Amino acid sequence: MKDPRFDKFILLSNGLVPFILLLWDARHHRLGTNPVEFALHATGMLALIFLTLTLTITPLRKFTGWNYLSHFRRMLGLFAFFYASLHFTIYFIFQQNKSVAAAMLDVLNRSFILFGMTALILMVPLAATSTNWSIRKLGAEPWKKIHKLVYWSAGAAGLHYLKFPKADTRLPLIFGGILVSLLGYRLLVKRFPNLHCRRPQPVTPIPSVSLSDAKH
Amino acid sequence: MLIKKPSEIAGSEITDPKVYLSRRRFIRLGILAASTAATGWVYEKLSHSAASTVTVATLDGVVRSSASGRASGFWTDEPQNSLQEITHYNNFYEFSSDKNEVADLVQGFSTRPWTVSVEGLVRRPKVFDIDELLKISPPEERVYRMRCVEGWSMVIPWDGFSLSKLLDRVEPYSAARFVQFQTLMDPGRLPNQHWHLLPWPYVEGLRMDEAMHPLTILATGIYGRELPVQDGAPVRLIVPWKYGFKGAKSLVSIKVTSVQPANTWSVAAPEEYGFYANVNPNVPHPRWSQAMEQRLPGLFKDRPTLMFNGYGEQVAGLYAGMDLKANF
Repeated sequence: MKDPRFDKFILLSNGLVPFILLLWDARHHRLGTNPVEFALHATGMLALIFLTLTLTITPLRKFTGWNYLSHFRRMLGLFAFFYASLHFTIYFIFQQNKSVAAAMLDVLNRSFILFGMTALILMVPLAATSTNWSIRKLGAEPWKKIHKLVYWSAGAAGLHYLKFPKADTRLPLIFGGILVSLLGYRLLVKRFPNLHCRRPQPVTPIPSVSLSDAKH
Repeated sequence: MLIKKPSEIAGSEITDPKVYLSRRRFIRLGILAASTAATGWVYEKLSHSAASTVTVATLDGVVRSSASGRASGFWTDEPQNSLQEITHYNNFYEFSSDKNEVADLVQGFSTRPWTVSVEGLVRRPKVFDIDELLKISPPEERVYRMRCVEGWSMVIPWDGFSLSKLLDRVEPYSAARFVQFQTLMDPGRLPNQHWHLLPWPYVEGLRMDEAMHPLTILATGIYGRELPVQDGAPVRLIVPWKYGFKGAKSLVSIKVTSVQPANTWSVAAPEEYGFYANVNPNVPHPRWSQAMEQRLPGLFKDRPTLMFNGYGEQVAGLYAGMDLKANF
């Protein structure tokens, strides 16, 4: 028995769990010696995880034929934006002392900050046009075009994470590998459109999300 | 035989829609509770390392420092970081690159038996048993600022003695100009040495005059107790006016040389880390400015970084006439 409304509610609740636990741990001094660094790391990882999950939906849907998955893509994307914004806010308040000038200088001088900022800024139009209203207003095709920005955002986020560590890049490389395969998959599909044996019925995935969403 | 016709289902046996709906609600509540609990468990598991406590023996005969040592830089009255903070936030890449995780990973690491070879351009080279080395001089309390190249700082009450006391013992030749320090190489006990994160073993170096400076110590304890493993047991280098990475941990070799020795971070990333690594607010690290620092456990990076980490009065003379931007 499929009930997208309930399933989305479950996703919403679960996506908020790390945020609530982060606040809870902060309040109870459970974030270690450097709580700011802990929170920065946690929110950054969460943003990256949600971004990766967002990009996994379409390939997974095509491989399994399980179109139901597309109900969750928008919320996953919004969670990525939510945690990325938190990540930036913590950086801006604690590490740049709320100084716009200091943050700008940081962006200009350090490539990994520049990549992170790019990833976040590219997410803004995606989040802003995530409503059904925007899809109707913009039309499916232009909307799809705008939302291709997610690939650039993911690329920038991957580079941000890869360039941050001083020496230990094992985890960033794993994430990078996943992101590269997810992006490479899209290029492959573009090149060989008949890649899938099980072709999901609505051929254009993105408008189908919006239409099925719009019913509720 | 009498066959009873099945009676019509009594109205009372039909599930009340309310019950049916409440059962559905019950199942849904169950799904909500179980899934969020699982998510919470996974999040906590991945983001936190296991809690660990530090059990180390008390050091005997520690010479207490006090305000009298202030002029020499041996003592500061700034608030000291707690043992918990000092032992649960450690850059010890041989165990982990996650500073919060090292305390848990050092469990079971034994520092006995242990030897430190003091060799090179010296008249009396010697392989010291660690317990012999610790007896070279009674441990003195040194309350130093510790500034990490990453931008955070602490105030740590070390126990130890000036490196010069050890070097005097082995009598360096006049050709001696540098000292190289080497950390233990043992992938079986230092798990990250299986990975080429950095060129192992970890090595560091000092110029002879830096090594002989009274502020430069071999630390053997913290807070009057033996040095915990995560802080570099059984013996480590501390050079308080330099970034923390100069303080090589868990030393097995101290070698006097005539040429400038390699130091690990500057081999790994020469544009980011130099040989001198003096704390300097005017020379930014390529990844961040060094103008400000975060004094833990404070949250804000709002404290101006001090030239030579505040030890300029004692050490600035070592670098007279030197371009500290070129020799970062």
